[in-house]
Amino acid sequence: MLLDLGKGNIMRLSGVFYRGLVPENPVFRLVLGMCPTLAVTTSVEKSVGMGLASTFVLLASNFIISLIKPLVPKEVRIPFFIVVIATFVTVVRLLMTAYTPALTASLGIFLPLIVVNCVILGRAEAFASKNSPLSSLADGLGMGIGFTLSLALIGSIREILGTGTFLGIPIVFGLDPYTQNIFILAPGGFLTLGLLMGLFNWLGKRKQSPGVKPPSPPDHCRTV
Amino acid sequence: MKEYFVLMFGMVFVQNFVLNQFLGICPFIGVSKKRDAALGMGMAVVFVMGLSCFVTMLVYKLLLLPYGLASYLDIMSFILIIAALVQFVEIVMRKLAPDLYRALGIYLPLISTNCAVLGSTQMRVIEFAGLPLPEALLKNTALGVFGGIGFTLALFLMASLRERLEFAPLPQPLRGIPIAFLTAAGMSIAFFAFTGIV
Repeated sequence: MLLDLGKGNIMRLSGVFYRGLVPENPVFRLVLGMCPTLAVTTSVEKSVGMGLASTFVLLASNFIISLIKPLVPKEVRIPFFIVVIATFVTVVRLLMTAYTPALTASLGIFLPLIVVNCVILGRAEAFASKNSPLSSLADGLGMGIGFTLSLALIGSIREILGTGTFLGIPIVFGLDPYTQNIFILAPGGFLTLGLLMGLFNWLGKRKQSPGVKPPSPPDHCRTV
Repeated sequence: MKEYFVLMFGMVFVQNFVLNQFLGICPFIGVSKKRDAALGMGMAVVFVMGLSCFVTMLVYKLLLLPYGLASYLDIMSFILIIAALVQFVEIVMRKLAPDLYRALGIYLPLISTNCAVLGSTQMRVIEFAGLPLPEALLKNTALGVFGGIGFTLALFLMASLRERLEFAPLPQPLRGIPIAFLTAAGMSIAFFAFTGIV
């Protein structure tokens, strides 16, 4: 069961994987995990670091949760999921503090806050608690990479417009040092995300794929 | 007294949780369509944030620090404390204050995984833990309550704006969430006027 890699299964897994990249992209389609998306995208390095840390937590928690799902009573599943997720967030924070101290310091409070990232708990609830470990891994990888790519896109735009650099290398010259700043300050985050979301809505409309509606967010991130 | 005033002004205006720190964006976008709902959610957040800042500081100072657990059990214990507190508040409120429960009850489950609450408990816990216990408790609780008030302010302003945006003639792709973010960008610029005051 666990390692049934028949041809049909591979097709199905790559379908699950692809879904997180575009049709159910966590940032632009599901609108989950907005706090890190806005807060750490002031540079590409921070965006990718945050994305990879979240991907690791997502993969590990999806896998563990789908393995232990028969043992978890339905009533206490959310606290249970949170404990699993918090464990891996602690692991990732200790590892990053040891190996990438500068990045950890610049991510600051948002590294421990991966625990309450709706993408992770949302996938645990909506996917891992209902599917096999292998498909949960594929789902976690797809969602994680979709999240990382979205963050990297926003991070690139904000870094290039805000500081004129890409990954710390200067590429734009002659920017006015007084007006460029807004993109690395708080308003620039809202502005970039809002405009990108509008752009993707517009592109999605033109391609028009009827019947593909993003699924409703999980209970704890639902809106009133 | 003066430092509490500085803390209040800082948390409400200068370092506003939503518009400056990017904490609690999900409810800021999700629960800001009606002013009543925004106020209800805001009140629930003020209450839970103050309470959880108090309890987490107590646990941090009396349990985690003395036994050397602070570096790796803080995330786990804080999130569980918040989840348990929210559940506890819900049960107590339903029994003792049914009216209040009817007003705030639906917002309580949304709070346990609100990153603003976990963020407020983590924000200055290490700095405040150096103070004597009563002062540390008081300061951390004040931080939570004022942070919650700042959150409520942003949420209420946003809801007031969005009630009018409903009728604005906008391009189709920008309707809904994208325009909410663009409005937030404007609000954030306005709040930048407070920078440097504290």
